[in-house]
Amino acid sequence: MKYNSYRSEKIAFTILFAATFLVVLPVIFIILMIIQKGYSVISWEFLFTMPAKGMREGGIWPAIVGTLYLVLGTLIFALPLGVLSAIFLTEYAKNNALTRLVKLAIINLAGVPSVVYGLFGLGIFVMFLKFGASILAGSLTLAIMVLPIIITTTKEALESVPQSFREVSLSLGTSKWETIRFSVLPYALPGILTGVILAVSRAAGETAPILFTVAAFYLPKLPESVFNQVMALPYHLYVLSTQVPNVDIRLRYGTALVLLMLVLSLNLMAIVVRAKFRKKKKW
Amino acid sequence: MKGIIETQDLNLFYGEFQALKNINLAVRRKTITAFIGPSGCGKSTLLRSFNRMNDLIEGVRMTGRVLIDGNDIQNSHTDLVTLRKKVGMVFQRPNPFPLSIAENILFGPQIHRTAKKDEYEQIVEESLKSVLLWDTLKDKLDRNALNLSLEQQQRLCIARLLPVKPEVLLMDEPCSALDPVATERIEDLMRVLKENYTIVIVTHNMQQAARVSDDTGFMLLGELIEFHRTEMIFTNPVDQRTSDYITGRFG
Repeated sequence: MKYNSYRSEKIAFTILFAATFLVVLPVIFIILMIIQKGYSVISWEFLFTMPAKGMREGGIWPAIVGTLYLVLGTLIFALPLGVLSAIFLTEYAKNNALTRLVKLAIINLAGVPSVVYGLFGLGIFVMFLKFGASILAGSLTLAIMVLPIIITTTKEALESVPQSFREVSLSLGTSKWETIRFSVLPYALPGILTGVILAVSRAAGETAPILFTVAAFYLPKLPESVFNQVMALPYHLYVLSTQVPNVDIRLRYGTALVLLMLVLSLNLMAIVVRAKFRKKKKW
Repeated sequence: MKGIIETQDLNLFYGEFQALKNINLAVRRKTITAFIGPSGCGKSTLLRSFNRMNDLIEGVRMTGRVLIDGNDIQNSHTDLVTLRKKVGMVFQRPNPFPLSIAENILFGPQIHRTAKKDEYEQIVEESLKSVLLWDTLKDKLDRNALNLSLEQQQRLCIARLLPVKPEVLLMDEPCSALDPVATERIEDLMRVLKENYTIVIVTHNMQQAARVSDDTGFMLLGELIEFHRTEMIFTNPVDQRTSDYITGRFG
């Protein structure tokens, strides 16, 4: 058969399209399945009441609240720490062997299995610092887990701000920090928020890091302080699916659906803010 | 003291490469000084040593002295903030911030906190008037500066410097992104600004140097070959290489 550039174009397009389609397919399938099997249990009662009868009935309110607290706690620790250290690494640190080592370490931190973070949190926060299994210990553990995400995305966001912005600002007699504060950070904000979105999704969805550090098997009341345990949606889902016999299957998928919607709406907030900044800062 | 800017035996190295060789010169106050020469001759590097912008490049080393108003700015305890307020810079590509016209002009005073809120309007007006943009832009002050024409952007970049109250304006090929008509108008503006500021311009355009400057320096391979009154350089150059360059034998 003679070589034909039109035919090879067609074949290449078909293969590339098929690959993309295959990637999207499972996502659509998962979402459809969760909605189809779970939507029937969603009600005000399911969302806002305590679980009852060994979690076979009632709602998941404490798990929703627990997850929200954990996400919030994670961001309180990870966001300032991550953003500030990313600023230092990109804007101040000299490009020497030590800096490169630190950067490499941060990238590698992202590859550590989440259960290892769980064990680390158990050792450091729960036992050594004696926080006990608590919101504080869980948030700190999750914060360490999402730090590499926030640092990496912030770093990329800072690096994507044109060098000329820094030059102009410095040439106008601003100090280095003023340059970062007024001529770099505002333009890096959308990228930083992307990091927040990723971090929130990760913190809300992970089970292993909270397993030993905060998650309660069954705790039908809301936490009173950061030293309390809480239920959390991903762990609750695990419990419903494997630890409690004879649970209505719709309850499991309902819980999964709520977790999905929660992450989605948290992300939506960040996306809306990001869009607003992007519109203003265009270059 | 002869000039507002003086260099004494200035050498500059990028790693092993010597970009400036033994530069000695004096820039007269409230004049326009032009540096010409082929690409890579070190003229931009020289310009950037007057406000220490070369510091931003890693591996730069300098010897000799650069005096601004008699103060050596090379030593390590030079206050870069004060220096750069005094010696402003206009870059090759117009580079306004992606903010409104007014915000661009107020960038300096807002960060330096040198003006009160009720003075802002006046600062914007005065700065835009100095660069002859006020009449065209006075009703569009909250428009994004990136929507202006390149010439207007470059003028705005000059206007942005003025509230910081510089004494010297360094211009690094300020017209290379502009068309001939816009170039001429920026040159007119430079002649106006010369009343109040010392201007140092780097240009690859010999005619521009001839038209606009009072003094001209010709640079080649990091050396300052000749530095004289502009009419001298263009009518009666001392060095053969200067003569070859301005008659277009190389470049």
